[in-house]
Amino acid sequence: MTVHFCVHDEGDSAGVVVVEGIKSGQTLNGWIMDQDKMIEFPAKSDIPIGHKVAIKAIAKGDTIIKYGVDIGKAVADIGAGEHLHVHNVKTKRW
Amino acid sequence: MGINLKNATFEGWRRDNGRMGVRNHVLILPVDDISNAAAEGVARNIQGTLAIPHAYGRLQFGADLDLHFRTIIGTGCNPNVAAVVVIGIELGWASKVAEGIAKTGKPVEYFAIEQNGDINTIAAASRAAYRMVKYATALKKTRAPIVDLWVSTKCGESDTTSGLASCPTVGDSFDKLWENGNTLVFGETTELTGGEHLVAARCKTPEIRAEFMRMFDRYQAIVEANKTSDLSDSQPTKGNIEGGLTTIEEKALGNIQKIGKKCTVDGVLDKAEEPTHSGLWFMDSSSAAAEMVTLCAASGFAVHTFPTGQGNVIGNPIVPVIKLTANPRTMRTMSEHVDVDVTGLLQKQMNLHDAGEALLDSIIRTADGQFTAAEILGHREYSLTRLYESA
Repeated sequence: MTVHFCVHDEGDSAGVVVVEGIKSGQTLNGWIMDQDKMIEFPAKSDIPIGHKVAIKAIAKGDTIIKYGVDIGKAVADIGAGEHLHVHNVKTKRW
Repeated sequence: MGINLKNATFEGWRRDNGRMGVRNHVLILPVDDISNAAAEGVARNIQGTLAIPHAYGRLQFGADLDLHFRTIIGTGCNPNVAAVVVIGIELGWASKVAEGIAKTGKPVEYFAIEQNGDINTIAAASRAAYRMVKYATALKKTRAPIVDLWVSTKCGESDTTSGLASCPTVGDSFDKLWENGNTLVFGETTELTGGEHLVAARCKTPEIRAEFMRMFDRYQAIVEANKTSDLSDSQPTKGNIEGGLTTIEEKALGNIQKIGKKCTVDGVLDKAEEPTHSGLWFMDSSSAAAEMVTLCAASGFAVHTFPTGQGNVIGNPIVPVIKLTANPRTMRTMSEHVDVDVTGLLQKQMNLHDAGEALLDSIIRTADGQFTAAEILGHREYSLTRLYESA
């Protein structure tokens, strides 16, 4: 079975797409690495390889968690399955 | 099962100061930018030599000048270098560089262009280089235990696959080398932003932690003083963002995977400073690939491990740079730049232990003499770090 996205930790906000050509509407197989669990998730955006897919609904202002650690804040609401990147998440540093 | 690092060996050159080198370069080393042409002239005349032209060395002063000398001298002292011809515009600084390198016991001669001109300087320096190639190519390789191999790391053109797989692969290798008693280094001070607390927690003593945090805070102050934005076009880089990295915090957390899970941070180094004991060292450094690898080489490291996501193509003139990637698109489009393919980690076709073993195997093969992708493709990036303007 192809792994479409990987998640570091089950508490994380997003996973990373690890195959090329993911299209909106496609059902994705996700591997949660730390807990070694598989999840299934529908993509709600076209998402390039390496880019992140939100695996839960996120509200504007929420902290984004990856590796179990704070990696920035949402600057827009992000639905589960949507593309999470620089258009809706910013650093809290600098 | 895996490589038994206690019993494994590699074959390289034992230098007079006891350090093991894995390459046997005769360097033609310019002290300053205006001596590049003469250095390159010598390298054209004498086969088996390597000139490393660079952009600086005039009118520097204070800590910036100290760093210039430390980097140039450290490059000549690196155990991958058998002998050195130093060329400067004048004798004062050329002799200072040569004296620094001579402390290792290796042959070094220096030349000045003023009152000679390029043509006479090239002729005299070519005769010295000729003798050095005769000397270096007669040196016999010797077997040494893996513990004698100094290994550095820095990642570049990172993406999210770096933090998922290629950086953890280096981390697995570093954990094993650290337990074996090897001398290791990582750095990239601003690229720890968001994960600095995790590195601080890994420092072996409160003194090392305090020194690490002082270096980290100093670099943050430079960013704060000079920034015109949130650095979102520079750190993460455009390539990082194309690869899916969104914030510096996310990039830092991926970067930190390179120091594994077991290693403690056993000391901190200023730029181009040489470690004084074994263990994992943090070097306060730029996060730019060529600058950081140049500094690692100047600190005496003999082999470099370089995880990449989007496909950084970097090499170094004197240190073999081993590149690894977990990004299947990078493997599909630019595999000639990759030494170790760990794409299998993201499809559960490979585990981290096996990936770390594959990298260790590549490190040992490289130390034994196999060329890296960067060496075969002629990548010799040599970039000196500057601290501020020249006088």
